This record gives sequence, structure tokens and C-alpha cells, in this order.
Amino acid sequence: MLRVENLTVKFPSRFGDVTAVENMAMAIAPGEIHGLVGESGAGKSTVGAAIIGLLQPPGFVADGTLQLGDVDLRALDRFEAHALRGKRVSMIFQDPQTSLNPLMRIEDQLVETILAHEDISADAAQSRAIDLLEEMGIEDASSRMRSYPHQFSGGMRQRVVIALAICTNPELIIADEPTTALDVAVQSQVLDLIRRLADVRKVGFMLITHDIGVIAQIADTVTMMRRGKRIESGPTAEVLGNPSHAYTKQLMDAVPPLDRKIDRFRVPKDEEIDATGQGDAARAWLLGAERETAVGLTLEGIAVSFPGVRTSMWQKPAPHIALQDISFVVRPGSIMGIVGESGSGKSTLAKTLTGLIKPSDGTMTLAGAPLPGGGARARKHPSRQLIQMVFQDPYSSLNSRHRVGTILAEPLWLYGLVTDKEERRKLCIDMLRLVGMLPEAIDKYPHQFSGGQRQRIAVARALLARPKVLICDEPTSALDVSIQAQLLNLLKDLQASFGLTVLFISHNLSVVRQMADDVVVLRNGRIQEQGPCATIYETPTAEYTKELLALTPVLPADWRP
Amino acid sequence: MVYFIVKRLVQSAFVMLAVAFLAFSLFRFVGDPITQMTGVETSVADQERLREDLGLNDPYALQFARFTGDMLKGDFGFSYRTRQPVAEMIATRIPATLELGIVALLISLLVGIPAGVYTALRPRGIATQAILMVTLVGVSIPTFVIGIMLIFFFGVQLGWLPTFGRGGTVRLGGWETSFLTVDGWRALILPAFTLGVYQLTLTMRLVRAEMMEVMRSDYIRFATARGVPMNRLYFKHALANTMVPVITIIGLQFGGVIAFSIVTESVFQWPGMGLLFLESIRFVDIPVMGVYLVVIAFFFVLVNLIVDMLYVVIDPRLRIRDVS
Repeated sequence: MLRVENLTVKFPSRFGDVTAVENMAMAIAPGEIHGLVGESGAGKSTVGAAIIGLLQPPGFVADGTLQLGDVDLRALDRFEAHALRGKRVSMIFQDPQTSLNPLMRIEDQLVETILAHEDISADAAQSRAIDLLEEMGIEDASSRMRSYPHQFSGGMRQRVVIALAICTNPELIIADEPTTALDVAVQSQVLDLIRRLADVRKVGFMLITHDIGVIAQIADTVTMMRRGKRIESGPTAEVLGNPSHAYTKQLMDAVPPLDRKIDRFRVPKDEEIDATGQGDAARAWLLGAERETAVGLTLEGIAVSFPGVRTSMWQKPAPHIALQDISFVVRPGSIMGIVGESGSGKSTLAKTLTGLIKPSDGTMTLAGAPLPGGGARARKHPSRQLIQMVFQDPYSSLNSRHRVGTILAEPLWLYGLVTDKEERRKLCIDMLRLVGMLPEAIDKYPHQFSGGQRQRIAVARALLARPKVLICDEPTSALDVSIQAQLLNLLKDLQASFGLTVLFISHNLSVVRQMADDVVVLRNGRIQEQGPCATIYETPTAEYTKELLALTPVLPADWRP
Repeated sequence: MVYFIVKRLVQSAFVMLAVAFLAFSLFRFVGDPITQMTGVETSVADQERLREDLGLNDPYALQFARFTGDMLKGDFGFSYRTRQPVAEMIATRIPATLELGIVALLISLLVGIPAGVYTALRPRGIATQAILMVTLVGVSIPTFVIGIMLIFFFGVQLGWLPTFGRGGTVRLGGWETSFLTVDGWRALILPAFTLGVYQLTLTMRLVRAEMMEVMRSDYIRFATARGVPMNRLYFKHALANTMVPVITIIGLQFGGVIAFSIVTESVFQWPGMGLLFLESIRFVDIPVMGVYLVVIAFFFVLVNLIVDMLYVVIDPRLRIRDVS
């Protein structure tokens, strides 16, 4: 049905045309889910955009064939191409929060799309919209349809988005990371829905994703991409189960398994961050502190609530309870994993520990001494140095107007650790070596680095405060899987050599499995289950944990390299 | 929703109280009202008697309370200059300023919004570049220069339009309007355009920036991918979302147009509040200045209240609570 051959997409620039996609070829049959996998910058989304004719200007299709059924997509003029969009090819975007017009009712958006392509009455379009929403699993569709997008939860919104994409019976749907922004439970429902639509309605799907687990779960065929080129393609089980190309093997090695703990990720030699051989001075400096004792962290009955939004004159708004009755102990020198879906209170917990939020109840203890919360914690309180944090988004957690050297030196003078400027600089350079970066990095700005490199800078900054506790809030969720593997290896090495106590927060169960000694499972601000990592993963007792484990997409056991 | 409006009303009341205090301070502390009211020949004893009669020896709090109470009753005092009640003077001037402001605002919206949309959708077109350049020139020239240039061309050289005053007006109850006569409209065109041209540029550039932002958003890309007709995409999906932030600015602008029509009114000898204010300054007519301050503040507060309510009407996210 869809045939892509020899596709080349270029973006003109001052230095000549930049080739974003080169010699791409793929074919999708009706009812087939074709996974397009690759890491960021591989050109996956560009392929999708080229097919539907929505390449961001000034990008253009330089060469190749794009054939949908009997239509040559490249030969269409502007108006024909627009008439074809929705009618024969449609698209699903990543984030359901932003892909619906917030000012229009769901009903209007659906009816408008149907009427744009079909010559039927508004009533007929409306009743079709109701049927569709019900097919997508939205109950009471005829009244829910009159709601605005913000009245639906994330998963429901993605169902509405799918209903919108499918409402004109297109032959092909390009799904660009359709589940990346969703929690695992919702992700699995949406994937089931996509599978069903492919089977029942014989819609062809082009599933663009970086998540190999998702591909393994539902894709029939898969194409691997890297740097704008096709690496290999074929039936999913063949390509992923028995990868022939070195890059595919690498990628498969980097995927963290859910069902066992591996000591280190296998990373190709040239991309390995060697944290053992370099940065001796920084290592010695870090070890030079009174480091004979790692410190533990205890939380007892911590609760956090925020004032609700006032909507009535007479009623006091109900407070929003973010955390309730949180008690756990992080053993000195261990890694505690905190798992939970969005809204479970993971990040609130991190903020409470770092003193950014005041708990409404409960006590915290660091190394046996009470840890005051929120504003009660003095600026000079020793815990401000002992607890350091690595944030999720390396793009916003480093000040883009400061050079790396300035960023790294800050903890050194702030905590009065190194007073001499030259010495600080030498230490920072050595610390960069320790996290596997080149010394030249010190005079560059954060934007000159990739996400993975920035995250290493963030880790270096945290370490330069000589912390005893490191809080990592989703440190790898913005990174590609191979970069994630490198960073996780690095964190493990550093933790082992410096006896750090780590709180590792993530929504990704597989990643936590690789890192944590103990695990706490959070849901809606309450602890569902806690215990040693292996116990929780192998014999979970809480229903919720079982559910999460069952829904996380995994690679079939026999595909293991 | 009701809570929201009540909250805003209470806030507005406090703003008005603060402005009233400013006006009162102007009255009471900028020079001695008695020396301004009386001449050199008034004896000291008479001055003291007058001071006592006017209650100027009472505690300030009491004076302020009386001042505010009088204001609420609609008693704005008397002008030093004309000895007329200030309320009457302002009332005869308000229609002129309001009509001028409304027409200026309409010009800026009716030209500014379509121009903004056009320049956003064709960012590289020649017409776009021309529009952007012309409006940049327009906004760089001071208002009074534009006014004088317009008078020179259309009034003096071509002789098409009158250069001062309101032309023919018709009295409707207490409201003197120039909307009902051809002469009135002819007299309105030049000052309204002069007053509106700055707002026009601002509106256009704001609409353009917002529209370009919205056109890049996911929901517009998704609507394009669904093949929603282009016109509907531009004017239903994109424009509505563009207007949410634009409305705030337009509201603030209208307040500004009313308040700062002083320059335009003086160039065109437009008998509005701005001109009255200028005359009052010349004669240190403090009661009129004080009331002008209060009336302008009242317009600002009123317009902002309306803008806040419009927000609620346009954006369902403010109107309907999340169910998720």
C-alpha cells in the first residue's frame, strides 16, 4: 500500500544542503504495524513528515518515490496534498496534552474533520463521531463528546486523538511516538487499541518510536534508522531477535531488562565512559573528605499537602494531598529506587528532601541528625551540601549563559571547599575527566553539548559539592537508550567508588531494576510496597506493583543477546 | 465563576479607593486650597472662617471619608476656574473622548487583526515586509507629528476634512454624539486615525507574533494532518487561540487610548476630557484634575474587569473545571 523508495530529504542551510534522510526505503501493507526505530536525530519523524507532506520548511524531498496505493505523493500540488491528508493518510502526535485545540469541543473537532472529507449531513457525522469514540473505549460518548479536551485525562485524550485520526477511514496512520508521554498502564491500553485498529480496520500504521520494548510488543515489521539512513529492516522477531547489524546489537544491549539485574551495560568500546582510569586527582579529592562513613536517610510519616484552588466564596478549598504517610529508610551507601507513574508524588518527594517544599507532617533524618524541612532549613545547613541533585532535563538544569567551568566551580566556592581559583579550575578539569569528558569542555557553554554530555556535566557538578546523598530525579528519561546505558554505568561506578547513598527516582521499572538495592513503589502519594529490589520484582505483593510489572513492555526472553 | 467575579470586584474597589486617596492628596496637599480660592484682599479671619466651613481643619481621615462619600454620591465639587460643578463639566466631555476612543480602537482592531493574521501566514511575502516597514515608521513618529501631518495633507492641502472640533453633533438625552451626522463623522476621521495608529501597530505585531506561535503548535499541525480546510484552520483554530492573550493587551490599550488621548485632543482641539485636563493644568484647577484622575482610573478598572470576564467566556479551561 505505502511504498517508499530511495527517499532523500534535505534541509538547505548556509553551508549547502544538509541531508536529513538518505536513501530511505520501506513498504507498509494494510493492517501492518511497521515500527520505525532509531535514536534522536535519526530522521524517523522526518520520514513521517515527508510522507504526509508536512516537512517543516525549508526542508524538501530531494529524491525518491513516495507511492500510496495508486497515488504518487510527490506529484501532488498543494491543494491535492491537503485533500489527501486525513482522507488517506493521518497522523497521531506524541503529546495528547497539546495535540487537541483547547478552545473547541471534542465533538466540533471530530465533526469538522469528518465533514472536511465526506459529503454527509452534520447529523450523520455526529453519530459517526459517537460510534467512533465508543469504539475507542470512551464510555457515555454522546455526552462526553460535548466536553473540552482539558476535561479528559491523558490516556483518554490520546484515545480522542486516535478517534480523530481514524474518523475518515484513512489507509495509513503515522503515529509519531504515540505512547511516549503516557504512563505504562495507559500506554498498554493505547497500544492494544492500535493493534485492534490494524487488525479489524486493516489500517496500516507507521509507528515511530525510540522504545524498543513498544516495538517488540506490537510491531509486525521494523526498520532501524541511524543518522538518516536505514540500517536494517524486516519482520520484528528477525531483526530484533537475531540482529545482523552491529548497531542493532548495540541498541539491544543497551535496553535494560525488567526481569534481571545486569551488572553493567555492554557499551561499544569507543563510546564507553571509562571512569576508572582517569581523573585521579578528582577521585583522590573526593575520597579525601571524611568519607569513612556513608550516611543513611530516614523518612517517617512524611506528608505534603498543597492548598487547593479556591472556587467558591463560602467553602474552604480542599487541600491537594501530594504525599501521605511516607516512611522508609535508605541504608548508608545503598541505592534506593523510587518508582511510580506521573502524579504519584516522586518529584515532590525529591523536593521535600532537598528542602524546597515544606512537609506538612513527619520527620526526616540524615545520618542520625534531624533534617528540617522547607524554609526551616537554614541556608547554611550542612545538609544543603551533603544532599545534591541531578535533574531530569539536562537542557534546563544548566545555566545556558555560564561556561561549564563556572557551573562546575560554583559548589566549590559556595561551600568553601576550595578557595584558590586556579586549584578550583584544575579540580573541575579533572572532574570532567572522571565523568568521561574532555578537559576542553571547561570553556564551552552547555548548548555545545548533547543531552547525555550535559547530564554528565550535571553529575560532575553534583559530585563537586562532595555530597554523601545524591538524588537523581529521572536522570535518564530525556536520553536515548544507548546514552542512558552509558550514564547508568557511570552512576553505578561513581556510587561504588565513593560510597554514595543514592535516591534514584524513575517511572521506568526496568531502569530502576538495574540500579536499585531497595525499591519503594509510590502511587497517588502513598507507598504501595517497599522492600529489596529483587523481592519486589520477583514476588510483588501489592496489586499495583504486579500490574505495573505486567504492563511494562519487555523483549521476549529468547531475543536476548 | 461567581467567586471569580466577586474577587475581581473587591480588588477593583480597592484600586478605586487607592486612586481616590491619590486624588484627595492632590486636593489637600498640593498647595493650600484656601489661598488658591481666595484673593489677596480676603482677610485672614475670613480665610479661617472659610477653612472651618469647608472642614479643612478636621482630621485627614475624616476629610478623606467625606471626600470619598461625596464622590460616591456623585458630588465632585466645584471647579476653581469656572465655578461650575465638576461633575457637569466632565459629563459634557466624556462622550467626545469615549467616541473618539472607541472609533480609534475599532480602526486599530479592524485593520490590525487582519494585517497581523496576513503577515503571520505569509511571513516572507513582499506585502508583509512592506506592511511591517510602514507600520514601524508609523510607530516611530510621535502622535502629534502624525496628527499635524494629517491636518496638513487632508485638511489644508486637499481640504477634504475639517481640522478641529467635533463638527455636527446630535444630543441624545445627556449624550452628545457625532455618530449621527455626516459632519460629525468627517470630523472624527483624522483624530481617530491619529489616536489609533499606534495601537494598530501594536495590535498587528502582537497578533502576528501570537499567530506564528500558534501555527507552530501541535494542535495546528494535527489539524493540518487531518486535512481540516485551510480557512477553517486559520480563522477558527488558530485565530481563536491567538486572541486569548491578545484580548488582555487590547483591553489595556483601550484604557490607554482613553487616558492618553490628551495629545490628539489638543492637536485637533477635540472638546474631550483630555483637553479639559490640559486646560485645568494651565489654571491649576485641582478639583477637575482630581476627578479626571478618578474617572480615568474607573475606566481602566472597568475595562480590565470586562477583559477578565471575556477571558472566561473565550477559554473553557477557565470556565469548566477539569474532570481528570
